[in-house]
Amino acid sequence: MELFIQQLTNGLAIGSIYALIALGYTMVYGVMKLINFAHGDLFSIGAYLGLTFLISFGLVDKVGAPVAILIIMLMVMGLVGLIGILLERVAYRPLRKADRLAAVVSALGASIFFSNSLMLIYGAKFRVYPHNLLPKSYITILELHIPVVRILLLLVSFILMACLYLFVQKTKTGTAIRAAAIDQGAARLMGINVNKIISIVFFIGPALGGAAGIMVGLYYGQVNFLMGWLYGLKAFIAAVIGGIGNIPGAMLGGLILGVIESLGAAYISFAWKDAIAFFVLIVILIVRPTGILGERVAEKV
Amino acid sequence: MLIEILFVIILFLSPLFLNAYWIDVLNNIGIYAILALSLNIILGHTGLFHMGHAAFYAIGAYTTAILNTMYHIPILWLMPVSGLLAGIFGYLVARPIIHLRGDYLLIVTIGIVEIVRIALVNNIFGLTGGSNGIFGISRPSLGGLVIRKPQQFFYYIWIFLGISVYLFYRLENSRFGRALNYIKEDELAAEGSGINVSKYKLLAFVLGAIWAGFVGNIYASKMTIISPESFSFWESVILFVIVILGGAGSIRGVILGSFLIIGLPELFRQFASARMLIFGAAMVVMMIFRPQGLVPPRSRTYSLEVLIGKE
Repeated sequence: MELFIQQLTNGLAIGSIYALIALGYTMVYGVMKLINFAHGDLFSIGAYLGLTFLISFGLVDKVGAPVAILIIMLMVMGLVGLIGILLERVAYRPLRKADRLAAVVSALGASIFFSNSLMLIYGAKFRVYPHNLLPKSYITILELHIPVVRILLLLVSFILMACLYLFVQKTKTGTAIRAAAIDQGAARLMGINVNKIISIVFFIGPALGGAAGIMVGLYYGQVNFLMGWLYGLKAFIAAVIGGIGNIPGAMLGGLILGVIESLGAAYISFAWKDAIAFFVLIVILIVRPTGILGERVAEKV
Repeated sequence: MLIEILFVIILFLSPLFLNAYWIDVLNNIGIYAILALSLNIILGHTGLFHMGHAAFYAIGAYTTAILNTMYHIPILWLMPVSGLLAGIFGYLVARPIIHLRGDYLLIVTIGIVEIVRIALVNNIFGLTGGSNGIFGISRPSLGGLVIRKPQQFFYYIWIFLGISVYLFYRLENSRFGRALNYIKEDELAAEGSGINVSKYKLLAFVLGAIWAGFVGNIYASKMTIISPESFSFWESVILFVIVILGGAGSIRGVILGSFLIIGLPELFRQFASARMLIFGAAMVVMMIFRPQGLVPPRSRTYSLEVLIGKE
């Protein structure tokens, strides 16, 4: 039971990170029908930028760890978001009318470019995050010790996701995003500036990915220039499990994937951990070809 | 046509003036070109988003390696066996997923290649040697001549490539090839015209898998040592990029794509650690300037005389 609860909470924590990254995939896919393979590397960039800010400004000594982390996280989100907008301008916008696979290859190229720039700037080795920033204490519920960090992680992810959900559902811009996702042409006729919407989406998605990057750095204590690839792939799986293009689906898919993976690693086999995620994906897609919350798309004749 | 003939002549004379290193680069290009041609059937002609081709390649290579090191069966005899097993594997994995739409198929095929790699790393059935892989695979021997040197492998690989090009060219212009193209352009219309879409899609998958299995056999005997890292998701991505960048559905394009994707990083070696950075940027730039691929396939043309049977 102890093991089960520990793995469950751990899975939820990882899953909420997957969910944050998955939101970037799913929003971009929703509006542009493009799999942004460079998204995982934007996540890595967030992790590395967070590391640089944490060690270079001395902010932690001035305002204390919690405030400093908050400020740095906002800075990282802004910067990674800007890189996202730039990425769309340079690598995707010229290909909007081209064959869809051309944009996929462009995305793969951008991914190689980003991960190798990180390697050139920061080196190929693992880099260690400052490890004395987060509380090391445990919360004891019914004789179970759950690390506070884990709960904080879940909390922050949920706040970010709730903000996004409210933004997309309640604001005018959010409505425009949903409209552009359903039908770009019609949205344009209704006076929505679709280019602007795409830029906004390419700001929000990478910003959330960047936040996830800094959270992974703080939670695991180390970052690597290639880590974006695996996290990106997992998050992509999460988005597909939930139904790609669907925002609540990405959140749900992330949590499901995190929990299954964590439990699978404990009860089935640690060595097969990464394969479990793919296996779940294949089973879910065979049963529900458009993911759990994905809408059934009728083929147009 | 003249350019192609010139290219073939220069290529076949190139071992005379290249050193062993560059011949080996050409050998790698040849191997990737055959693999990319086999992927081209699935991705280029049928339009199925398949990003897990390294899985079939791995099955072929491991079949050869296991049977050769355990039972000492000669390499060339194992080539059909490798193709067959890769084909069966391709059939089994493609069957339940063949109805998935574009991007869903893409992620599932990524899943398959990763599961295969993890299975190989975890030494499945105690046969694959875990992450160290299998070593001591013997060389192919053709009636007493053992293919060992890079030059010998050069002719072995590129002649195989030539045969593949001929066969795929014939396939492209056959009833089967036209059916695949029809599915790519409009699946519903193809179904409506009496083409059994899922059957043809499966056939494309199996054919591509068989060919990748053959290449696996060649690769295993060329390296004499194989390990799971040679069949990672990344290899599949490279093959995918070769096909799309070269021109999906075009044999010339795919071969040119292999030269660029496998050869360019070699030329960039002078930039040392920045070479992959440049490579990534080059991919973006090439796609922006040639979104349809470097050498897109020519559209089919039929002369009226042929169609009404007066030729």
